[in-house]
Amino acid sequence: MSNMFRTCPDTGLKVHGPAEALIKANAVAAVVFLLIGGLFGLLVALTRWQAIHLLPADLFYLALTAHGADVLVFWMIFFEIALLYFASAVLLNCRLATPRIAWVAFALMLGGAVMANVAVLQGESSVMFTSYVPMKAAPHFYLGLILFAVGALVATAVFFGTLVIAKQEKTYTGSVPLVTFGAVTAAIIAVYTIASGAIILIPTFLWSLGLVGEIDTLTYRIVWWGFGHSSQQINVAAMVSVWYAIGALTVGSKPISEKVSRAAFLLYICFLLLASAHHLLVDPGISSEWKVFNTSYALFLAVLGSMIHGMSVPGAIEVAQRKNGFTQGLFGWLRKAPWGNPAFAGMFLSVILFGFLGGITGVIMGTEQLNIIIHNTLYVPGHFHGTVVAGSTLAFMAITYLIVPLIFRRELIFKRLAQWQPYLFGLGAMGISVFMMAAGTLGVSRRHWDMAFSDAPFAFDYPPAAFMMMGLNGIFAIIASIGGVAFIVIVVGSILFGKKRDEETARANPVVFQGGGATVSSHGAADEVKIPGTTILVAVFFLSFVLYYFVNWKYLSEVWPLS
Amino acid sequence: MALTPPEDRLWWKQPLHGIEIGWITISLLWGFLMFGVMIYWHLTGEQNLSNEAYRINPDAYAEKVEAAAALYTVREDEQSGMPVVHPPPGSDVYMLARLWEWWPILELEEGKEYRLHLSSLDWMHGFSLQPTNINLQIHPNYEMVVTITPDKAGEYGVVCNEFCGIGHHQMLGKLIVVK
Ligand code: HEM
Ligand SMILES: [Cu+2]
Ligand SMILES: [Cu+2]
Repeated sequence: MSNMFRTCPDTGLKVHGPAEALIKANAVAAVVFLLIGGLFGLLVALTRWQAIHLLPADLFYLALTAHGADVLVFWMIFFEIALLYFASAVLLNCRLATPRIAWVAFALMLGGAVMANVAVLQGESSVMFTSYVPMKAAPHFYLGLILFAVGALVATAVFFGTLVIAKQEKTYTGSVPLVTFGAVTAAIIAVYTIASGAIILIPTFLWSLGLVGEIDTLTYRIVWWGFGHSSQQINVAAMVSVWYAIGALTVGSKPISEKVSRAAFLLYICFLLLASAHHLLVDPGISSEWKVFNTSYALFLAVLGSMIHGMSVPGAIEVAQRKNGFTQGLFGWLRKAPWGNPAFAGMFLSVILFGFLGGITGVIMGTEQLNIIIHNTLYVPGHFHGTVVAGSTLAFMAITYLIVPLIFRRELIFKRLAQWQPYLFGLGAMGISVFMMAAGTLGVSRRHWDMAFSDAPFAFDYPPAAFMMMGLNGIFAIIASIGGVAFIVIVVGSILFGKKRDEETARANPVVFQGGGATVSSHGAADEVKIPGTTILVAVFFLSFVLYYFVNWKYLSEVWPLS
Repeated sequence: MALTPPEDRLWWKQPLHGIEIGWITISLLWGFLMFGVMIYWHLTGEQNLSNEAYRINPDAYAEKVEAAAALYTVREDEQSGMPVVHPPPGSDVYMLARLWEWWPILELEEGKEYRLHLSSLDWMHGFSLQPTNINLQIHPNYEMVVTITPDKAGEYGVVCNEFCGIGHHQMLGKLIVVK
């Protein structure tokens, strides 16, 4: 048994061989789907750039379906499974429960993802990843998604099994680390969202085979979003865990307060149940009371969780950096941060972009009346490219720069390119998010091949500014794609050709922060934390939030009166 | 560190820091305020969605729309041959969505109130009235009724903004507001 473990020269953790192999497999699968899905994203963006209008209509809808499924579902979830194994087996010094079953889970997920991709590429399943009934895809499209979901569920069970083993075998003392706690949050949410996904996808699959009758469209949307939205909270919880992990590994930060950070994770679990509500704000037959109530407690209290992390992550970095000796002025700690380390840079950009672009706009869209001017416009993809691309994807890329040396045990190749990569991808992601939102504010529809309406029976012109926004969106899509391709080249290149990292190279070139004693000293309850820089950042964030919130009410007030 | 078990085993007993209490309080109050704004807008704002909707089968809905069109058609659109329906101000007006058109063209009077009925005969569609920017989700089997007051004369486009298959981008309707 013991020869299945190695000791990590960087962290001193005991790493279980089979766990490591599974982390690698899931991470590699994730990156492959990011590559495929990202390329589809670029094709979509270049088609929506009206001056280029690259793809014909049928291929556009096909590419958009593939893009949504490959990046939002397959890339994110494969990577999250790798993170779950890392946060359990590796961080807890423990063996992974039932590696064989974990491989079965992997096979199911891979098989499902390939099957769904084949279905989409065959052309009969361009139904978007939401697959609203009664639009029908080929049966193996739904089956692929179901197999993938079952595989992910099994992998989550392996994660929980590992926690149990770690507890029984006493591989750690006290409570689990904060990052593991965040992973537990993500996994709990995964269980109930995937279950609700199965509740809606299984009947839909049977319906596509002609075995069950009509499915009500409103019921479909309610149940589908019960899974579709809540599952986004998996991405958020995983992303926040990654923020904490990278802070700890790159500048030696510790949570300012374990209690607050953990409570913030708990808020995610508790206030999600009816998070599908804000997808239904302009659907018929749902009362305003229901909408206002269910978007408020479910949304604002989950948002509270993110607002707390939004202060405690940079706050922890500020405390650590000040202890590391960067005490100059308000922002000396930030100026002197390791901006040349792609893990740190990617993480910090992810924090900022997620908050300002994804977070604020999500609350606005989830406000009952404001949704009238936003629903199904490009504002919606603009918002979630702020959350899931500039936020989660950037954070996952950032931690990959640590996973490659620590788990794959390879030195990074193309170090200079790696230094630039987070900025390139961050800039691109920021642009696609901002410009899609701008076009959406001007009314432009999402999932739409021709904003010039050249084949329509009537003429209608969106304002010229809207066309300009889609051109800018195309330009930033190219930047994001270059950043994405750079990421894949660096990571795959390093895994294949990077210098092997043995103990010697690890000592010569440590990737984990070596801060000496300063960060290890525990800060008791007595000493008050001083984070003036973070306070200012948070204040700027809050003011932007309030301002932009009311700007949107102003926009709404200019719309035709309706009641 | 966040990657290791908390050093203080009784971490939940540590008191909160002042700055944390401050930020949590502000965030919570902001949440309550945003909750209040939605209610406030229901009481005083002019743009609130009605909750009025009925279950209806697509054929029955089509009949209603056709009956209204038969009564109030004033002319045919030259380009498309689609009827232009000009119902009396204050009345119930009907539009339907189907693959891939919005039918018929409605002509309304500025500043007058109408009860607009919307439903789909087949798949889901998205009613996106531009450039005023009103966006509604249109389901088959559900008839949605919203009271609208067009406040500016002009020609408006009804874009379909819920993906509804290969003809989705051709699905453009028209709504005219006259003085
Ligand atoms: C190179 C990077 C990317 C580019 C250029 C890009 C661009 C786009 C564009 C232009 C749209 C179409 C909006 C529309 O017409 O409705 C879109 C949709 C979407 N994107 Fe991306 N994207 C990128 C990366 C990602 C990533 C990494 C994710 C997820 C983690 C993602 C998730 C989605 C989803 C879920 C949709 C909606 C699909 C649908 O409406 O069914 N994108 N993207
Ligand atoms: Cu349509
Ligand atoms: Cu459509």
